Amino acid sequence: MEFAELIKTPRVDGVVLHRPFMPTVEGTLCLTGHHLILSSRQDNTEELWLLHANIDSTEKRFVGSLGTIIVKCKDLRVIQLDIPGMEECLNIASSIEALSTLDSVSLMYPFFYRPLFEVIEDGWQLFVPEEAFKDLESMTDEWRLSEVNKDFSVCPSYPSLLTVPKDIDDESLCKAASFRHGGRFPVLSYYHKKNGMVMMRAAQPLTGTNGRRCKEDEKLINATLCAGKRGYIIDTRTIAVAQQAKARGGGFEQEANYPQWRRIHKAIERSNVLQESLIKLVEACNDQSHSMDRWLSKLEASNWQSNVKEILTTACLAAQCIDREGASVLVHGTEGTDSTLQVTSLAQIILDPACRTIRGFEALIEREWLQAGHPFHQRCAQSAYSNGKPRSEAPVFLLFLDCVWQILRQFPCSFQFNENFLIMLFEHAYASQFSTFLGNSVAERVKLLLSQKTVSLWSWVNRPQELERFLNPLYEPNNLVIWPSVAPQSLLLWEGVFLRWNRSTKCLDEAYQEMAHIIEYNKELQNKVNSLRRQLAQLETEDSPLQTP
Amino acid sequence: MEHIITPKVEYVKLLNRYPEKKSVLGTLYLTATHLIYVEQTNNTRKETWVLHHHIMSVEKLPLTASGCPLLIRCKTFQLLHLLFQRERDCQDVYQSLLRLFQPVKEEELYAFLYNPHQNEEDRRQGWEFINVANDFSRMGLSNDYWEISHLNKNYEICSTYPSILGLPKNVSVATVTGSAKFRSRGRLPVLSYFHKDTKAAICRCSQPLSGLTSRCVEDEQMLQAISQANSNCPFIYVVDTRPKLNAMANRAAGKGYENEDNYSNIRFQFQGIENIHVMRNSLQKLLEVCSMKSPSMSDYLTGLENSGWLRHIKSVMDAGVFLAKAVCEERASVLVHCSDGWDRTAQVCSLSCILLDPYYRTIKGLMVLIEKEWISFGHKFSHRCGHLDTDPKEVSPVFTQFLECVWQLSEQFPCVFEFNERYLIEIHNQVYACQYGNFIGNCQKERLEMRLHEKTFSLWPHLLKNQHLYRNPLYRRSLECTVLRPSTLPLHFKFWCGMYNYYDRGMHPKQSVLDQLLSLTQKQVEGERTMTELQRVRGVVGVVDFVRVERYLTDMTLSPSHPFTAAGCCRWKRASQTLRFQITLLELNPPSSKSRGIHFLPNGISITLS
Repeated sequence: MEFAELIKTPRVDGVVLHRPFMPTVEGTLCLTGHHLILSSRQDNTEELWLLHANIDSTEKRFVGSLGTIIVKCKDLRVIQLDIPGMEECLNIASSIEALSTLDSVSLMYPFFYRPLFEVIEDGWQLFVPEEAFKDLESMTDEWRLSEVNKDFSVCPSYPSLLTVPKDIDDESLCKAASFRHGGRFPVLSYYHKKNGMVMMRAAQPLTGTNGRRCKEDEKLINATLCAGKRGYIIDTRTIAVAQQAKARGGGFEQEANYPQWRRIHKAIERSNVLQESLIKLVEACNDQSHSMDRWLSKLEASNWQSNVKEILTTACLAAQCIDREGASVLVHGTEGTDSTLQVTSLAQIILDPACRTIRGFEALIEREWLQAGHPFHQRCAQSAYSNGKPRSEAPVFLLFLDCVWQILRQFPCSFQFNENFLIMLFEHAYASQFSTFLGNSVAERVKLLLSQKTVSLWSWVNRPQELERFLNPLYEPNNLVIWPSVAPQSLLLWEGVFLRWNRSTKCLDEAYQEMAHIIEYNKELQNKVNSLRRQLAQLETEDSPLQTP
Repeated sequence: MEHIITPKVEYVKLLNRYPEKKSVLGTLYLTATHLIYVEQTNNTRKETWVLHHHIMSVEKLPLTASGCPLLIRCKTFQLLHLLFQRERDCQDVYQSLLRLFQPVKEEELYAFLYNPHQNEEDRRQGWEFINVANDFSRMGLSNDYWEISHLNKNYEICSTYPSILGLPKNVSVATVTGSAKFRSRGRLPVLSYFHKDTKAAICRCSQPLSGLTSRCVEDEQMLQAISQANSNCPFIYVVDTRPKLNAMANRAAGKGYENEDNYSNIRFQFQGIENIHVMRNSLQKLLEVCSMKSPSMSDYLTGLENSGWLRHIKSVMDAGVFLAKAVCEERASVLVHCSDGWDRTAQVCSLSCILLDPYYRTIKGLMVLIEKEWISFGHKFSHRCGHLDTDPKEVSPVFTQFLECVWQLSEQFPCVFEFNERYLIEIHNQVYACQYGNFIGNCQKERLEMRLHEKTFSLWPHLLKNQHLYRNPLYRRSLECTVLRPSTLPLHFKFWCGMYNYYDRGMHPKQSVLDQLLSLTQKQVEGERTMTELQRVRGVVGVVDFVRVERYLTDMTLSPSHPFTAAGCCRWKRASQTLRFQITLLELNPPSSKSRGIHFLPNGISITLS
């Protein structure tokens, strides 16, 4: 298909762009296959380059022959384009509509994007399971890397290599897979070096109404327990929801069959509920009403903050079982691709200082989200302004980032990255020139030949020029477990994302610059003092030759 | 001391808010001024000190199996849940505290006992440190439009106003006294702030005694005079900060608000800030939310909404912003009042001063502002804070709301305030502590009668002494000439956890950016000092460069004929603070025996020739 077919009017002059807290720009609007571009053709004025993939929905209005298109983006920004001429406006609107809702993955921008920078470190090669396993091997020999899923037939949403207990053979894994939703049998998520406890994740067991059991599954998870020790199963659903799942063939681990495990139910909402929550929250944030009661009641009704609290609480629980109770943990919900991953990844941020570095965090996202089969393509197809019929969109990953931000806010010196890094990940998960978040699983990405045809986000982010923006000046590595507070007073609305376009950030940016400046200046000062001290010490002790003039 | 029934109780538990944490046994002491709880575990001794004046209420809870609980709520939002083993002890402590925390007589307040080891001279200087008259001069008074008047020097025109007043120039005594008679409690329109750039003024007063039909020529002349003092704008705003309904109700009682028909060129405006009773109840509800045991997010947000607290904060902020806009954008003067003009009016006037004038955003400037708009203009601190055992209906967190508005601003503008959040919290604590005399009494006249300046000390020098704790490391003076234009959309108001949950440290960020930056700025000062010192030393080393040595040697005719190409070395001995150069001359040019040895240069530098 040619994009040109979809672009009836590629260019309109005299278009006026309105953005909140920015001066209006008048210029020429151009549509390309992947971008909406507005340029005033003057120096010093910023051009607008908007990926069609970033557009969540559009609205059009007419006053006489002046048309207005309101463009609502997945990164939550809302812009307005005033377009002279009714026909032009209609054409542009329909092109945007068509281009922003292309279904085929292979037409997405990452397949057309050619980087203007030299790829020094290929992001596709950065985080391979073999490497992670080498680290594990240095700490314990109780695990092995299984190739049982090498053609993705045992579990289509798992990667080809999986870390499983050494004593469990591939045949048992297949049997356990047939007992778990989507074939997602229990695999290693995290090994806690301090006490050797582990966190595993899976999907729900398929016990059904007649209480099916699977010896191999039981044996598999019991293999992770030390003799005489009990473990915890954290089911991210309420007991009621888990009971209902039985009717559809799902269920939960029965005490009788898993006597060494204690099951705890939490109440993380399912993805469709989360999408609803996001839509309501963003609607509340965009409400220009001056009524405080209205704002607070809308904020409450959106349930977003409740979701943040519940997810963080569950992650703290998992971390507590491992670090404080010295017990191993198995986490699952229904499919094991959403709430499960929120919990396992956040628990690692709490427990493992390595996950709080930039590389470590990238590795975490790679391991616990991309390779673990979070269906990014489905979940991020639409964002808060979608007005179509909801399919499987859900801000599962955004909620995870929000929770990370909450921890970052409470431990501002413990992360190597800053808030901008998290916001950048949010943006790229929804629309990007890079293909890291394309597809729903490793299998799909392999099939799309992403690593050959497209550029990884990490290839770009990890360049020193880019990284600079994302470094937290306050960072001081700390090897402790960090326990966030989950009291409602401690959990704030993530303004950096949700109020980002509703306020002027000038003063806050200045404050950030000032903070960075103080820290930078101090470092320089200390360096100078040290080098002076060294110089003088040298003069004092050594014979240093005088320079001939 | 006679009120302390039992000075010491052992085996008392301080219950923790979080049930999972174990509470240990400790000892409770009652002194004349403090309640002290001491927890001794192994090698750690933890003390909790609570000033009696900080206690808001003491409540005996129903007996439980584990003992007799006593709940102490503090004005600083601290909550102490004590558990006594014996009912008798609990009762004794309860009885003692009831008498201690709300004294009957002013002389019993802490400030009259407290002596920060200062002599009389220090005390006098301390009280003179903040001077409201100086602030008038800073604004440029007296000038062609406004002058400082001493008409109220004996507090005869208005007993709750300060002795010096800013009035429009050339306004007659008759106008002043006439206007005062037409205003509730004689609180006539006077200057609060003069904005030099626009010549617009913010004035304050109380409601007029207009009733349904009354009018007063002198009051009308007074407003006319205020209007004429500003040639940049043909009208003045008259802002009644109350909700319209409240103001209308007052008309029936012979009070009310200005009738636009009677005053020439006024624009009348209501602002809708609720009265002290509504605010008191609102805070009460807010504190219930703050002290909920493990609330859900929904409980918390619903509670926050139902308390109405942030709505009230926003209403104060909205009014302040209205004033600031009128002054700097429309160049219009504004006259502000509420009912008596000492609560809402004080909030709004002082807030607009902060928005308009960067001076009030400094550590000292905020002191001046509080001294001017609150203390001297008769905000009834004694009543509003409930220092003494008086009418509980007079108590209201009006001043707390002002401090919170400043904090809300500092969240939107992190670089414009010289002080940090802790300064505001410390001022709040001190207002209730009665340790210093500043916030005792209800007006200047009362304070004078109490002879506070002779019997107590001023808080301000104490705060200034500790100002390093209160500095905002991000403060940038270059931004200081801007008028603040905050957003007042509801979503920009936040719950102030640092204030209302101050004592729940678990809720606060575990690492403090503020502490980090404060210690860096401290390090920076030290670093710069070290740097200067090191540079001075190296400067000396640098001076004795080769050229200097060469010239010296030439002067000494040590090497008259041959080019000086010696390989040399220098040595700096820190111990003797001298610099010693060891010059080994080339063989071609051996120094004579006469010149061998050590030569001393000026600056304590020596050269050794070998």
